[in-house]
Amino acid sequence: MKITLFVPCFVDLMFPKAAISAVKIFEKLGHKVVVPEGPACCGQPAFNTGYLEESRAIAEKVLVSLKGAEAVVIVSGSCGAMIKNFYPQLFEGTPLEADARELAPKCFEFSSFLVRKLGVTDLGATFPHKVTFHDGCHGLRELDNKLPPRQLLQKVRGLELIEMDAAETCCGFGGTFSTKFPAISTAMGEVKCESSFKTGAEYVVSCDSSCLMQIDGLARKKGMNLKTLHLAEVLAA
Amino acid sequence: MSAPVAQFDEDARRVAGDTRQRAIVQTAMHKYEVVRDFRKPWFQDWNGARDQASRTKFEAINHLDRYLDQFASKLESRGTKVHWASTGKQAVEIILGILKEKNARTVIKSKAMTSEEIHLNDAMEKSGYTVVESDLGEFIVQLREEPPYHLVFPAMHLTRGQIQQTFEEKIGEKSSDSPEELTMVARRVLRQKYLDADVGITGANFGIAETGMISITENEGNARLTAALPKTMITLMGIEKILPRMEDLGLFLPVLAVMGTGQALTGYNTIYSGPRQAGEADGPDEYNVVLLDNSRTLLLADAEQRDSLHCIRCGACLNVCPIFRNVGGHSYGTVYGGPVGSVITPNLRGLQDWKHLSYASSLCGACTETCPVRIDLHHHLLQNRRNSVQEKPDFFMAQAFRMFAVVANSPGLWSMVTTMSRVGMKVRGWVNATFLDPARAWTKTRDLPPIAGQSFREWWKENR
Repeated sequence: MKITLFVPCFVDLMFPKAAISAVKIFEKLGHKVVVPEGPACCGQPAFNTGYLEESRAIAEKVLVSLKGAEAVVIVSGSCGAMIKNFYPQLFEGTPLEADARELAPKCFEFSSFLVRKLGVTDLGATFPHKVTFHDGCHGLRELDNKLPPRQLLQKVRGLELIEMDAAETCCGFGGTFSTKFPAISTAMGEVKCESSFKTGAEYVVSCDSSCLMQIDGLARKKGMNLKTLHLAEVLAA
Repeated sequence: MSAPVAQFDEDARRVAGDTRQRAIVQTAMHKYEVVRDFRKPWFQDWNGARDQASRTKFEAINHLDRYLDQFASKLESRGTKVHWASTGKQAVEIILGILKEKNARTVIKSKAMTSEEIHLNDAMEKSGYTVVESDLGEFIVQLREEPPYHLVFPAMHLTRGQIQQTFEEKIGEKSSDSPEELTMVARRVLRQKYLDADVGITGANFGIAETGMISITENEGNARLTAALPKTMITLMGIEKILPRMEDLGLFLPVLAVMGTGQALTGYNTIYSGPRQAGEADGPDEYNVVLLDNSRTLLLADAEQRDSLHCIRCGACLNVCPIFRNVGGHSYGTVYGGPVGSVITPNLRGLQDWKHLSYASSLCGACTETCPVRIDLHHHLLQNRRNSVQEKPDFFMAQAFRMFAVVANSPGLWSMVTTMSRVGMKVRGWVNATFLDPARAWTKTRDLPPIAGQSFREWWKENR
């Protein structure tokens, strides 16, 4: 299968390993990966702030670059939900609405693509560590991605998954929210870090590098012994 | 900055950093989650029940004109006086008019968020009436001159010690801090107030259109006494509280109880049908129902957010909301806090003044996931943001997003910005987290990862 990979801006700049791992995993499974020379962002920051016109300025280019793709994999639940669920809304009543609707069913968040589209759960990975999983809100509630990441983690050799109490509680990142309301965002992140730390896990794993940036940023500042890794990096191990 | 924004910013920041209050709220909400999740499986099909509840409210709200008319005429047929108030001010005037006509001096009240909404206590007190809240939590916050902290748990932010101290300072009642003793103090004080009161004022959980009756749900029996002892009874009800049929209560009472407090059914569930009829032994001599619009019809006219009138004020969305759990109930500066408040307040009280509440969310969607009547809460927050921008865009913000679009859309510019950011972030590192740091909003409490030595796009170009 020809897989079109969409690499969100912050993954590109700060967490390239997540996307590189995804490429390696797909290629190992015998698929061809292409990365279009399209926009570096999905347009979510402007959309979530209420600036739809400004969001469309990016999103239209994304639509063009992904047009005709067989399957699109987005290395983020949040950006995945943006393209899959919110583009049809964003382009409602515009000439691009049909394109957005056509694209939506072909879009998958990384873990969901492996399990639901490719039907793969065992990638032959070995990762002998205690791990806890953080559900990114968009993946969990917009894309119904509770199970796929766990099905994948269960097959990793040596990995012990310890669920935290607050797995489904928001980490407090929320895009521009994190800097517009830093005190609230930080308090939410502290709750998340404490819940993760209590499990005794060495790693917090998630499908969203943005959530991990929040968790890691707080844990480092507080000197908590808590490392973060994108699911793709665990599966490529 | 408008007054509500400044107040929210300041209070939210203060409470979010108050780990003691956070612990109280998190613990209380965790206990709530445990009992709620214990009760939910008592429904054969919980999500089916939510679907049904949502459909019933959809029907009620989309035919509100008809159901309200039916509700009012049924009430009137048994001698209840029905009053229609377009605004909060009108509702206050109507109620003050009744108090005056009855030569009342003392008013006893059971829990009614609508009365908070129209600042009724304040108006009655200013007109010289003695007003006593009879719900235990409301009684406590009234003594402390605070607004309720939560739709369902008005005094949840207080410790037993604080309540003990409040009773001692405000009503001179000394007791231990045991819940039993504190409750007995309130009970003793309140019993006399019921007997003294000339008028009882209640809220309403549901108004049954089919029979013209009002359903009130409570755990302390205080609403029953409020309704039964004074000669005149007034019920203040928002027009959205309508349910079409009596049988709908069979679904809504347990749904409200499970989501509100985690009970299978609330302790007391009473249906009020009007003043004492000929041959009946009890009930008030006169019964007044005040139906309150106060901008609810603005939401009714909004097809996109009309479902926010489905709200049964169970408080479930507050309980699961990570924002509420960290900023607490008072920071919102509104009567209705939490997600549902952040959705409806900008619509009821002015978008530009209250839009910050719709922005103060990570859009996690826990509220929508839990709402028993399936209000699309977190998407409504997005719609409020969109509407506020359409109405009044921020010039600089719009320019910033436009500039970002230009950069993100051009591979050449993006690559240039990648290189520049790498340098910029290193330089920024010298002033990390200080007042000179442009990323201080983030770095004050969190580390910021560096720009990778090789971005994904750079790696792709080199390796594929």
